[in-house]
Amino acid sequence: MSEPTQKSLGGWARDVSESARSLWEGMSVTLSYMFKKPITTQYPDRMPLPVVHTLPTRYRGFLEVDMDTCTACQACERACPIDVINIDLIRGDGVTTPKTAMERFDIDIGKCMFCGLCVEPCPTGSIQHTREFEGAAMAFDNLTLRFVPDPAKPYPAYKPPKGADAYPRKPLGEIVRKLIREWDAPAPAFPQRDGQTPRPGPAEVSHVPR
Amino acid sequence: MSAAATAISLSLSTIAKTSNPRSPEQLVDGLLRARGIEASSPLSTLAMVAALLAIAFIVVNCAAIAAGIFSWLERRIAARMQSRVGPNRVGPAGFFQWIADAVKLLLKEDLIPEGANVHLFRAAPYFMMVGFACTFVALPFSHALIAADLGVGVFYLLAVTAFVVVGVLASGWSSNSKWSLFGSIRSAAQIVSYEIPAGMALLVPVLLAGTLSTQGIIRAQGGWPWQWFVFHDPAALAAFFIYFISALAEGNRAPFDLPEAESELVAGYNTEYSGMRFSYFFLVEWGNMWVMSALATSVFLGGWQLPGLDAARFDALTGGAAIGLEIVSLALFALKTMSLVFVIMWLRWTLPRLRVDQLMSLCWKYLVPVSFAGALFVAGWMLVVRAAPVLDLLMRGALTALGALVVTLFVRRTLSNVRDVGDRLDVRGNW
Repeated sequence: MSEPTQKSLGGWARDVSESARSLWEGMSVTLSYMFKKPITTQYPDRMPLPVVHTLPTRYRGFLEVDMDTCTACQACERACPIDVINIDLIRGDGVTTPKTAMERFDIDIGKCMFCGLCVEPCPTGSIQHTREFEGAAMAFDNLTLRFVPDPAKPYPAYKPPKGADAYPRKPLGEIVRKLIREWDAPAPAFPQRDGQTPRPGPAEVSHVPR
Repeated sequence: MSAAATAISLSLSTIAKTSNPRSPEQLVDGLLRARGIEASSPLSTLAMVAALLAIAFIVVNCAAIAAGIFSWLERRIAARMQSRVGPNRVGPAGFFQWIADAVKLLLKEDLIPEGANVHLFRAAPYFMMVGFACTFVALPFSHALIAADLGVGVFYLLAVTAFVVVGVLASGWSSNSKWSLFGSIRSAAQIVSYEIPAGMALLVPVLLAGTLSTQGIIRAQGGWPWQWFVFHDPAALAAFFIYFISALAEGNRAPFDLPEAESELVAGYNTEYSGMRFSYFFLVEWGNMWVMSALATSVFLGGWQLPGLDAARFDALTGGAAIGLEIVSLALFALKTMSLVFVIMWLRWTLPRLRVDQLMSLCWKYLVPVSFAGALFVAGWMLVVRAAPVLDLLMRGALTALGALVVTLFVRRTLSNVRDVGDRLDVRGNW
């Protein structure tokens, strides 16, 4: 703003030539960028190899539970610092019904912070991080991974064989990929909690001290 | 009623007689005559009105589609200039992005802020649209493609482009928002100021051609660059740049986008708009790029003139050759206009925004004096040329050579800019 109000003809001409020169240089620079390859890369789905396969093996993606090797010990539920995992157990007589079975094994991925603390205490390696990371949901409720699909059919707890140091496990990611596909399901017309087992609200969430 | 219809038909037939023989009115008139219907009958009036409505429909839709495509083009070009990729998901190279955006905007809620002047707020986008669509009436697309070759073409174009300011002011004032109001007042000041250099710069080709009609100005030029008005004399060259700068400012394009300076005013006069009304503002902004580039092409860069083909010889052509060359001339005109549109986009991603005082100083201290001096110079130069026609050829040749030299040097500079940083040319990567 310190421009003098009066300007000589020479100063006027210098202004014009200076703007012409700066235009010349500036436009040449921007045009040169237009003819260079962009620095940014495409979204991973345009890569030759699916990006999931290019991630490191210890990548912490969505959690996955192989219910066939879950011992229902609830160690992961206790380990979770933000109560993402919810496991409901039912006790049976051990003859007609299994002694311990899981009515519910829910992991709220919408809340999960991918810290990996649940994976560490798992005795059988049933709960694992997969390399899956993409999932768009039509409704917030869809983000909950329900590893027991039907509470009427509880999953019996796994009894690890004595002295075993390795446990059979389905290929990592196979289960969760199926569940993610359901996230595309449209949202219910009115948001509602599932009727049979009302999900605990924030006040109800508590761990039974053992 | 019948008297009014007769009056309309009479006025239409007079227009038809006085304008270019290839105009649409003449076409309808000829068709009616071929069926034995007199120009004075009410049926003729009806047919005329229907034809005009059809032309208006086509013209407005062309404008809207051009604006939509420019929105995609601008985003892609901007992205490449910033080393990004830009929208490339919808259709080949993301081409249908503009349709997706339009559909999204059409489906959005049309909000009217509390305390707004409802009627003005609703009407403002239509003011913009009308002012914008009216410009397409007098824009020549090719040798025969023009909605109406008005005798006052350039004057008419200047008048209706200024109509946009009504919409800008109405939208800003009725929004009941300080940002909108600031934006619209800036825009009004800017458009009104830059009308003067734009008008004076357009006076130069008008002087050279001796007519205000856009087709007439194009016919006064030729197909080769040295026959264009831009290379006629130094003042015409300056007038081209002055018109281009002023048109940028009138269209609120960067670096003169103060009315919608997003870092200061959120979005300027259209801050409070949403949905379809919002999309109208952007349609006008992008469509205006075509309008100003087409006008600059017509009056300075030879319009649709084909190299080596005289306009009079073009008129005499008939049949397939005429239609084929018509398409070629349309393509040539579109090519010239698109290159200017590209320059507008290019400037937007090169230059920083001017301050208000810089904007006014550029207009009143630089453009206005030069445009006045240029108009006087051209008038004098025409007298000189009349006395010594060889000077005209020399000047045109020298200026065309200068233009070619500047373009060559610029390309070399750009290529060296690419190579100096160890990069190489890559246009095809990551589309």
